[in-house]
Amino acid sequence: MAAVLRVPTVLRPAMGNNAVLEVEGSTIGEVLARLTETYPTSRVQLLDADGSLHRFLNVYVNDDDVRYLGGLDTPVTDHDEITLLPAVAGGSQ
Amino acid sequence: MLRIQSEHREAMIATAIRALPNEGCGLLVGRSDEVVEVVPSPNVADSARVYEIDPGVLLRTFRHAEVGGLEVIGAFHSHTHSAAHPSPTDVAQAPDPSWHYVLVSLADAATDLRSFRITGGEIVEEVLVFEGEEGHAARRRR
Repeated sequence: MAAVLRVPTVLRPAMGNNAVLEVEGSTIGEVLARLTETYPTSRVQLLDADGSLHRFLNVYVNDDDVRYLGGLDTPVTDHDEITLLPAVAGGSQ
Repeated sequence: MLRIQSEHREAMIATAIRALPNEGCGLLVGRSDEVVEVVPSPNVADSARVYEIDPGVLLRTFRHAEVGGLEVIGAFHSHTHSAAHPSPTDVAQAPDPSWHYVLVSLADAATDLRSFRITGGEIVEEVLVFEGEEGHAARRRR
């Protein structure tokens, strides 16, 4: 099953400089696992050390943030659009 | 260099003040070094010491910019009790070396607003040009 992954500029160097990728997998977890197999250097930007979704990465399926769906278990179906956007965060602390 | 209109500066300061006692934040939409639109965001960190742009606002702003032939070129946030200079947290979490990071400090009576580029952990302040306000721009270039 193929979905479309939109890669933000800042993550492209770790993903073959692609802006859009066709990705396989029935869940977000599977999609990210295959991505990190293909592009091993992207792992540190996508997943935390324990394999959970990176704290400062937003992953959307179509219009929805997967943190409010099923996280890595969020289902992905044919023609879904997956968007990755690094969180914009910081502060005076 | 980052070029902004006075209305953009006012929008960033207003967002910072409305967010008090928390840090305020938002995104900058435009072209390269020119701000066309300031998009305020709720601070989902709900904190006076850290901020995080609402992920929904982030996605909608990227799409909105793309439709309009523009880009998200940066972000702004406020420091409520410290200078308008990136903190170690800001540097560690700066996602994009091509972005402009605007800091609004409410620490003093006179609001301070500055812009920075953050590349590989290195902070470089850039010139902020307030379009139509040569006096203010000149002070910033000092």
